[in-house]
Amino acid sequence: MNFTLKIWRQKDAKSKGGFQQYKVTDISSDTSFLEMLDILNNSLVHEGKEPVAFDHDCREGICGMCSLHINGHAHGPEQGVTTCQIYMRQFPDNSTITVEPWRSTAFPVIKDLVVNRGAYDQILQAGGYVSVRTNSVPDGNAIPIPKADADESMDAAACVGCGACAATCKNGSAMLFVAARVSSLAKLPQGRVEGIRRAKAMVAKMDELGFGNCTNTGACAAECPKKISIAHIARLNREFLSAKLKD
Amino acid sequence: MSCFLSSSSLGRKLVMSLSGCFLVLFILFHMTMNVVAIISEDGYNAICEFLGANWYALLGTAILAFGVLVHFVYAFILTIQNRRARGNVRYEITVKEKGVDWASKNMLVLGIIIVLGLLLHLVNFWAKMQLVEILGTEPASGVELIRSTFSCPVYVVIYLVWFVALWFHLTHGVWSMFQTVGWANDTWYPRLKCIANIVATIVFLGFASVVLYFFFINL
Ligand code: HEM
Ligand code: FES
Repeated sequence: MNFTLKIWRQKDAKSKGGFQQYKVTDISSDTSFLEMLDILNNSLVHEGKEPVAFDHDCREGICGMCSLHINGHAHGPEQGVTTCQIYMRQFPDNSTITVEPWRSTAFPVIKDLVVNRGAYDQILQAGGYVSVRTNSVPDGNAIPIPKADADESMDAAACVGCGACAATCKNGSAMLFVAARVSSLAKLPQGRVEGIRRAKAMVAKMDELGFGNCTNTGACAAECPKKISIAHIARLNREFLSAKLKD
Repeated sequence: MSCFLSSSSLGRKLVMSLSGCFLVLFILFHMTMNVVAIISEDGYNAICEFLGANWYALLGTAILAFGVLVHFVYAFILTIQNRRARGNVRYEITVKEKGVDWASKNMLVLGIIIVLGLLLHLVNFWAKMQLVEILGTEPASGVELIRSTFSCPVYVVIYLVWFVALWFHLTHGVWSMFQTVGWANDTWYPRLKCIANIVATIVFLGFASVVLYFFFINL
C-alpha cells in the first residue's frame, strides 16, 4: 500500500512548527501505524534527514505512551484502541493521512509529535493514590466487594493516562482522566476512605494546571482508547460537590 | 479563601447548572402562561393583570433577571477559559466524534441567539406591559399586543428562529445539568437525553403554537 503523510514537524518547544508531506510506498497492509512511521524514519535517516519524533513504548495498548491525532481522531479513526493498535489496512490505499500532536495548552509540544503530558502526572501526584497501609494481600474474602463495584472500578482503572480526553475536548478539559482515577479508587474500600481528600486535591490541581471546564459534550469518551464512560465524571462531580458541602 | 463557586471549575459548572435549571423551570412556567392565550383570551389578560407592577411580580422579575445575568456571565467566563485551555494552535483536521451532539459544542452561540431574541422580546412585550406600568401608565392589553406583534410575518420568523435556538440549547442543557450535579449514570443517560428532548420539544411547541395561532387567525 502507498500513502501520503502530512506530518506536523516542529524543531523544539519554542520553534514554530508546520506540516510536511512524505510518501511511503510498498507498505504491507499488516504494518502497524507506528511501524509505518518507523519505516518512514528509517528512510529519513538514510537520506540524512531528521527523523519524526513520536511517543511510544509498549506498543500493545497498555502503557498510554503513544498519542497522535490521526485524520482528526485521537488514536486514529478506529474506536477503543490506542495508536499502537491500529494497522495500515484500516486506511484506504493511496490516501493522505494527516498526523498531528495533541493540541491543548496544558500539553505543550516538545518536538514534532511529542507533547509534554507531565500535567497528568502532577494531577496524580496531588491525590491519585491511597496513602493508607494496605500491607500484604489479605484473604480474598476478608473484605467482601460487590462484583458490580469491582467491575466499575476496573473499568475506570483501564485508563492509561494517554491524554486523548483533554486532547479531544474542545475545552481542553482533563475531567475524564481525573474522573477515571477518582472513580477507580472510590469504588474500592481502601480508596473509599480518602475519597473526599482525593477529589478535592485532584480537581484543584487540574484547575491550577490550566485545563478547561467540562461542558459534557462526551467527545472525550467517544475518542477514549479504553472507552471510559462519562458516568465516572458524574461520580467525580458527586464526590467533589458533597465534599464541598461538608467544608 | 475564595469561594469554590468561582475558583473551581466544578463550582463554576454548578452555578451554570443551577442557573440553567432555574431558567428551565421559568421557561416552562412562561410557556404555560402563553398557551392560555390560545385557550382563553380573558384568562390570558387576567394573568397579565396579575403579573403587573406589584411587589411579587417585580420581585420575580428581579430574580429572573439575576438568574439570566449569572448564567450569561458564567457562560462567557467558562467559554473564555475553555478557549484558553484549548490553545491557539488548532487541529488541521477536525471531525464530529461519534454520539456527540452539535448543540453541546455550540452552547455559547445558541445562548447568544437566545439573548438577542430576549432583548427583542423585552422591547416587544415587557416594555409595553410591565415597564409602562412601573412608570405609571396604562399597560397594553396582553392579547391585543400578541395579535398585533404576530400579524407581522418578520416577527413570526424571528421568534421561530429564537425558539429553534432555545430548542437546541435545551436538548443539551437539560441532561447536562443533571450530569453536572452528578445525578447521572450509564443507565440514565439515554433516559435523561430523552427527557431533555421532550422538555425542549414541549417548550418549542408551546411557544411556537401561540405565535403561529395568532399569525394565522390574523390572516
Ligand atoms: C442568556 C443567554 C444564554 C447563554 C449565553 C447561555 C449559555 C450557556 C452555556 C455556554 C452553557 C454551558 C454549556 C455546558 O456547560 O454544558 C449553558 C448551559 C445551560 N443553559 Fe444556557 N445560556 C443562555 C440561556 C439559557 C436559557 C434561557 C436557559 C433555559 C431555558 C438555559 C439553560 C441552560 C441549561 C439547563 C444548561 C446546562 C447546565 C449544565 O451543563 O450543567 N440557558 N448555557
Ligand atoms: S505504546 Fe503503549 S499504549 Fe501505545
